Amino acid sequence: MARMKFLCDADRCIECNACVTACKNEHEVPWGINRRRVVTLNDGQPGERSVSMACMHCTDAPCQAVCPTSAIFTTADAVVLHSKDICIGCGYCFYACPFGAPQYPKVGNFGSRGKMDKCTYCAGGPEADGSKEEYEKYGANRLAEGKLPLCAEMCSTKSLLAGDGDIIAQIYKERVVKRGYGSGAWGWKTAYRETIAS
Amino acid sequence: MSTLLRTFRLWTAMLALAGLALVATPAAPPSFAQQPSQVNPTADAVKEDQLLNQLRIINGRGTIPDVKSYNLEQPRGRDWRSFQEVTLPWIGAIAILGMLALLVLFYLMRGMVRLESGRSGRTIVRFNAFERFVHWMTATCFIILAITGLNITFGRKLLLPLMSPDAFTAWSQAGKYAHNFLSFPFTLGVVLIFLMWIGGNLPSGSDIEWLRKGGGLLRRSAHAPPAGRFNAGQKMIYWIVVLGGGAMAATGYMLMFPFYLTDVAGMQNTAMVHGIVAVLFVAIMFAHAYIGTIGMEGAFEAMGTGTVDVNWAREHHSKWLEDEAAKSRGAAPPSGARATPAE
Repeated sequence: MARMKFLCDADRCIECNACVTACKNEHEVPWGINRRRVVTLNDGQPGERSVSMACMHCTDAPCQAVCPTSAIFTTADAVVLHSKDICIGCGYCFYACPFGAPQYPKVGNFGSRGKMDKCTYCAGGPEADGSKEEYEKYGANRLAEGKLPLCAEMCSTKSLLAGDGDIIAQIYKERVVKRGYGSGAWGWKTAYRETIAS
Repeated sequence: MSTLLRTFRLWTAMLALAGLALVATPAAPPSFAQQPSQVNPTADAVKEDQLLNQLRIINGRGTIPDVKSYNLEQPRGRDWRSFQEVTLPWIGAIAILGMLALLVLFYLMRGMVRLESGRSGRTIVRFNAFERFVHWMTATCFIILAITGLNITFGRKLLLPLMSPDAFTAWSQAGKYAHNFLSFPFTLGVVLIFLMWIGGNLPSGSDIEWLRKGGGLLRRSAHAPPAGRFNAGQKMIYWIVVLGGGAMAATGYMLMFPFYLTDVAGMQNTAMVHGIVAVLFVAIMFAHAYIGTIGMEGAFEAMGTGTVDVNWAREHHSKWLEDEAAKSRGAAPPSGARATPAE
């Protein structure tokens, strides 16, 4: 089984936000919820870099560890998914997540959160692959169709890579060797406890 | 003449160029090879490692309204996870089970603290209807808040294996709503408790004596040291309820209205304070409930019917009894009671 990962090559990201738009459209993500976003560091200064960030599908995922109802699980492809039928919207996964991935619709009283929503690596949820219920709750299940996440597929500069961790790490390494520089695989140390030497 | 000069200049220039080219050619390859390093775009690029060393949260600029999303990375989420997964359950288990073990041990050794002089048959009002209503409203809320709160920390390990995931979610979801809504009457109760009992709960000189003698609870032969309306132990419970309840309410409302006042680091700290204070609070309230029921004869009726036996008042709150008696008629305590002077 492949170990699925995301890798954002920040030296290529041009902050076009196509990944954000692709994700929103593919999964019909409601207003106010962003499964993916682009963050610009050192904006307007020398050394500025943009990084596209979503759920990194961590190894030994912290969200999964703190969930009081065991709503979050890791698939055989190492994709971290969750069940909206089991989630109670307590918000703990957001505090534990190193990447700010979990999102909550504002429903009910006070600041109370609805069922958590996050990047599914385009792999849907626990429902039957490609079913109507799955699409309504989690969006499209591209992985079941043999396709990779749309954000990465759509990336115009191929900055955002998705796929088997070893393969995308290899692609990144080759790029770094060829062009002579690379600012590193953002988030890999935190998410996967590993770095790509560059 | 001028044409000759022009031709000469032209030739000289051409020769010079050719010479330059000859000189320059051997040096050219290294200068091309070095070019990438001269324009290395990562020379001053932001580095993740460097940022992580400097900051606990890597923050940038985003283009969506949600400012929380401008945090690119916060590895401290992993620390919060280990608190939530390991530290808090251990603190909670040790505090609560430890307290229960202590109480069982205490009961086995000391048994119920008896009324040594028996019942006089005469009673005195200790808590009026309003005070009892406030107490039981706060207590009911506390019990439900405690159970639903402990469910968040321990339910997954203790309860989920016993029931279906759907049933556990239904119960936890209901628990979350109960926890949110009952916070309001609980907070009101804490405020009322603070206001209506502050008079009797300010520290006084007799508290030291009471604490030194362990409230007369530790040895069967010991008499309770003199105390006013509330003894030092009750004063401690009062301040734990007021300050602990206040802390629970403040952190609880911050969690209930997330990110209104603070950022993700603040929310993590808030949840940690809420969790630690909560488990300690629950542990201490077990002791409170114990001494108010099976721990001491004649104690429960104070919050039950609102009246206590005069002998109970004399044994545990002699100064209060004297004050009450003095207040009512300026006379001595009722004569029906055994007239042993309190030590």
